[in-house]
Amino acid sequence: MPNSTDKSALTDLTVAEIRDGFRAGDFSAREVASAFNANVAAAKALNAFIVETPEKALEAADAADKAKAAGETLGALAGVPIGMKDLFCTQGVQTTAASHMLEGFVPTYESTVSGKLWAAGAGMLGKLNLDQFAMGSSNETSYYGNVISPWRRNDGGNAALAPGGSSGGSSSAISARLCPAATGTDTGGSIRQPAAFTGISGIKPTYGRCSRWGIVAFASSLDQAGPMARTVRDNAILLEVMSGFDPKDSTSLDLSVPQWEANLSSDLKGKKVGIPKEYRPDGLNAEISAMWDRGIEWLKDAGAEVVDVSLPHTKYALPTYYIIAPAEASSNLARYDGVRYGQRDLPDGAGLQDMYAATRAAGFGPEVKRRIMIGTYVLSAGFYDAYYTQAQKVRALIARDFELAFEKCDLLLTPTAPSASFALGEKQADPLAMYLNDVFTVPASLAGLPAMAVPGGLDSAGLPIGLQIIGKALDEQTVLNASLAIEERAGFTARPDKWW
Amino acid sequence: MSIDLQTVKKIASLSRISVTDAEAEAMVPELNNILGWVEQLGEVDVSGVQPMTAVIPNHQRLRDDVVSDGNVRDKVLANAPQAEHGFFAVPKVIE
Repeated sequence: MPNSTDKSALTDLTVAEIRDGFRAGDFSAREVASAFNANVAAAKALNAFIVETPEKALEAADAADKAKAAGETLGALAGVPIGMKDLFCTQGVQTTAASHMLEGFVPTYESTVSGKLWAAGAGMLGKLNLDQFAMGSSNETSYYGNVISPWRRNDGGNAALAPGGSSGGSSSAISARLCPAATGTDTGGSIRQPAAFTGISGIKPTYGRCSRWGIVAFASSLDQAGPMARTVRDNAILLEVMSGFDPKDSTSLDLSVPQWEANLSSDLKGKKVGIPKEYRPDGLNAEISAMWDRGIEWLKDAGAEVVDVSLPHTKYALPTYYIIAPAEASSNLARYDGVRYGQRDLPDGAGLQDMYAATRAAGFGPEVKRRIMIGTYVLSAGFYDAYYTQAQKVRALIARDFELAFEKCDLLLTPTAPSASFALGEKQADPLAMYLNDVFTVPASLAGLPAMAVPGGLDSAGLPIGLQIIGKALDEQTVLNASLAIEERAGFTARPDKWW
Repeated sequence: MSIDLQTVKKIASLSRISVTDAEAEAMVPELNNILGWVEQLGEVDVSGVQPMTAVIPNHQRLRDDVVSDGNVRDKVLANAPQAEHGFFAVPKVIE
């Protein structure tokens, strides 16, 4: 345990170490919160936060210290400060979804997931930047500027790299030790791809585990909240707090929350790992491919048996996603009308319809407009069946692929992203090239399955690359356990050199 | 099937997003690229396949028919760009 006067060491601790050290009296919650607040304040160059809330972190820490002194029962996250993706509505704290549209929006209510985290004793360090309305894979669509990854290539250059998206503020902040953990949301890979880009872990649970209530909606049949942190154990700890039935979300699963942390085990004897051949297309990056092979060896070493499986509709997952997600987005984002909340743009003499159109033209960024328009088109009269109904049928086939594969295995191992992080600006000109980032993460989203990203090592440029575990519906435990087996064998301890 | 400038303007209008002519023109190739790419779904044989409606089997719940919320007018209006006399205010609508 670190000396309590060594502030920098406190920010190197994991969630589990902070929780346990605080309980053991090695340090106070206030010391921890102050140390992270200082790191946040000193990291403006990363642009990971839209709003910083050091006072909230201290308030929760003081409550934890007081509860401990009084001998009261401590919440599961007492003494642990975290970052909150700015897609979760937080009562009294601006929530923007990284858009101009919601600039100045201060919710009068708390999202279910963030409320559960505060109730468990966690404190909020601030609201984390993201791609606008969670639409993006590089964090270049935020109205509040790009988030910068703390990682740099080892080529001596200092090109600013993408932290991944959409949960790029979360991934950047965690890997730079601005917070020990953060919330993310994942619609097509928005937890897993940024985790892979920054050498941290993150899990998207089964659709319906975490309530969507109070999360700014993007594509409701796909959106799932989940934790991001540096270790598998920390993800298990947070996910237990974030999950659970919520009558306010009609798709919330009415199931008890398993004890994922207590049941963590990296012994995979008796487990069969499926290797889907469609995830190794011609031209797959050689280093990503080699990392996948190493992952296979690691899981064998943990006692698992490896079997080849086929997910024949994989190549249709991305186009399916880019019909369904924009369709749902065009419907969800219809609420931004300049009447009830957010920005209003009222040109001189404008009527109601003109106000709607002007407000939405000024409030949405280019990628958001692009997706709303695609969604509007595929849902419009005469095209609905050709696009949307067809996509929902292909989606059913993609889900069936997984069901058939899971008759032969208990989990799947794949790469998380087709490459390591890329430079900001590199893929922005071509929306399609950007969409391809999610090629390995989108299929599990379409099928609602739990999936986790875990770091495997560094590529030749010195950047993190990772592996993805996909599990059966509701079997987060196997996903966490296999990820733990990889984590133990990968021994990933690399961290970005501080330049910010 | 490819879309033209007039279609882009129609979609923008349906989306309630005002666009300039230049913006609409720039969107024509962009949207065509994306739509051309998603059209590959047409080649998938989906005969006998029901469109997916729920990823995880779940059932619709009923709740007791009682008031569980309300009396929060000021909270509802708190973020309105313009609220007057306890209502949302909008520009004059003349049909």
